Amino acid sequence: MSNPVEILIVDDEVQIRKLLEIALDSNGYKTFFAVNAKEGLSLTANHQPDLIILDLGLPDEDGQQVLKRLREWYKKPIIILTVKNTEEEIVKALDNGANDYLTKPFRTQELLARIRTALRNTNENAIEPIIEFGDISIDFTSRIVKQKEEILKLTTTEYNLLSILVKNEGRVLTHQYLLKEVWGNSYSDQTQYLRVFVAQLRKKIEEDSNHPKFIITESGVGYRFNTG
Amino acid sequence: MKSILRQIKIKNQYLISLCSVSIVSLLCLFTRDYLDYKIAAYILLVVVSLLAMFLDIFPVLLSAFLSALILNFLFIKPYYTFHISNAEDTLLFVLFFVIAFLNGVLTHKIRKTEKMLQIKQVRSNTMKLYNALLDSLSHELRTPISAIMGAIDTIQSQNVTISEENKLQLYSEIEKASLRLNHQVENLLNMSRLESGVVEPKMDWCDINELFYNVLDNLKEDLKFHKVKVSTDENLPLFKLDYGLMEQIIYNLVFNASQYTPKGAKIELSAVYNPDVDFDYNSEKLESCVITVSDDGLGFPEEEIDQVFDKFYRLHNSKTGGTGLGLSIVKGFVEAQNGMVTLENKEDGGSVFTLSFPALVMNPKEISNE
Repeated sequence: MSNPVEILIVDDEVQIRKLLEIALDSNGYKTFFAVNAKEGLSLTANHQPDLIILDLGLPDEDGQQVLKRLREWYKKPIIILTVKNTEEEIVKALDNGANDYLTKPFRTQELLARIRTALRNTNENAIEPIIEFGDISIDFTSRIVKQKEEILKLTTTEYNLLSILVKNEGRVLTHQYLLKEVWGNSYSDQTQYLRVFVAQLRKKIEEDSNHPKFIITESGVGYRFNTG
Repeated sequence: MKSILRQIKIKNQYLISLCSVSIVSLLCLFTRDYLDYKIAAYILLVVVSLLAMFLDIFPVLLSAFLSALILNFLFIKPYYTFHISNAEDTLLFVLFFVIAFLNGVLTHKIRKTEKMLQIKQVRSNTMKLYNALLDSLSHELRTPISAIMGAIDTIQSQNVTISEENKLQLYSEIEKASLRLNHQVENLLNMSRLESGVVEPKMDWCDINELFYNVLDNLKEDLKFHKVKVSTDENLPLFKLDYGLMEQIIYNLVFNASQYTPKGAKIELSAVYNPDVDFDYNSEKLESCVITVSDDGLGFPEEEIDQVFDKFYRLHNSKTGGTGLGLSIVKGFVEAQNGMVTLENKEDGGSVFTLSFPALVMNPKEISNE
């Protein structure tokens, strides 16, 4: 890439800003900072960063509100950093349009991985017709899933669930979102379906379904697909 | 009984005092012709003493005063006047009044001192708990902080050269210390959530198998030297529980087992569906889900088993580390989901925690064929 990726960090804690500056700069990103919501919004408007890291606990405005206001016109990835690790708060942030979240204290390696995923998802606007992970390949045009060249028999629901997870690789998908997308609006609180089908799917595609590498559980929030 | 009476409003206390003296006097009136009037005097004294045990000082004095008047009016001859004819009766009347009065005052005083002592006791218990908290907290928080500060100082010091290997060692100490700090803060937050009563379980369908392995994955580092076994039924149904709380419960139990059993010890997790409970049962309080976490370590000292779930309780011979919060959080979170937790020592060594929940059940087979 010719131009370095620009990341805006909105956080009122000077220690976190310093840490992120060093971690991100040394990984080739260009960082700039806002210490409150007002500054964050105006910097976003003026500089159009490629990604925003947003702390939910800002001094001047509720982070969820800031997120909503940003999402009215800012289309690029937003990653949430928060000390509030309640499931409600996280699900709300994802519903408000955050691409991903990390709770403090977080590991820098984890953050870097999330940033890479978020950036990759925006770069590839068109989904590849065939996606491969592990020894599995999915052909979206013919709706055929193969494992080591042999056709893997999936029910329609299993296929729909797998394909939506794979198409959003690296991204947390909430229970409600998955239920609505795969089963329909009226199923949005019927989590039993999700539990059963995730378990079934894991048995089919994971090497060891008890230690899944691909379909990762995000406790109380949803699931995330990793290509391992 | 006592506490109920103590809460009675002062107005009602006067009423009680009036009624009981009048009723008892009335009953004595029927025996006036057969018994000596001194018996009536004793009975009334007993009434006043009994009232003094429950009522405030003024209602008691009222009863003393009233019973003296009644004694005079109804029982000391001549009847139905306040006039007393002989010196003996006058003396008896005066003595009665003094005894009733003293009785009331003294009983009241004793009760007051008792109450003071109780308050003092509660206060000293709170202080003890508070000191235990401060002790374990300052130790638990300061130890990792010292490790971090010490390591940083060593790395930053200019006049010594540290080998690359030692540097890596120090970095890993800093990491371990921060993880430990984080764990303690997590426990404290959970405890304060329980204390403030804001734990409202969000019941949702849980796959216990997934829950177990998820927790074990998070504890991978701590379980490096343990043999872990998960035994769950292949056809285990889904249970309606709070996934987040369950995660904390299992985490704390397994973490404890990993810390307090020797290297190479076996830790076993199991979950059973109680088949006596129908799949579609509703409100009955039957334990449908029974989870056990057991180990083959040293077990708990029998005499301390009842106390391990108490806040800040630590076994007498336990190694350093730990705030004594882990198991009380387990108990709190289990009870928040209407469950029950018990601890037993196994006959062949080691201990077993049994958690049972009256959870709704769903058979996965009902929905899997789509």
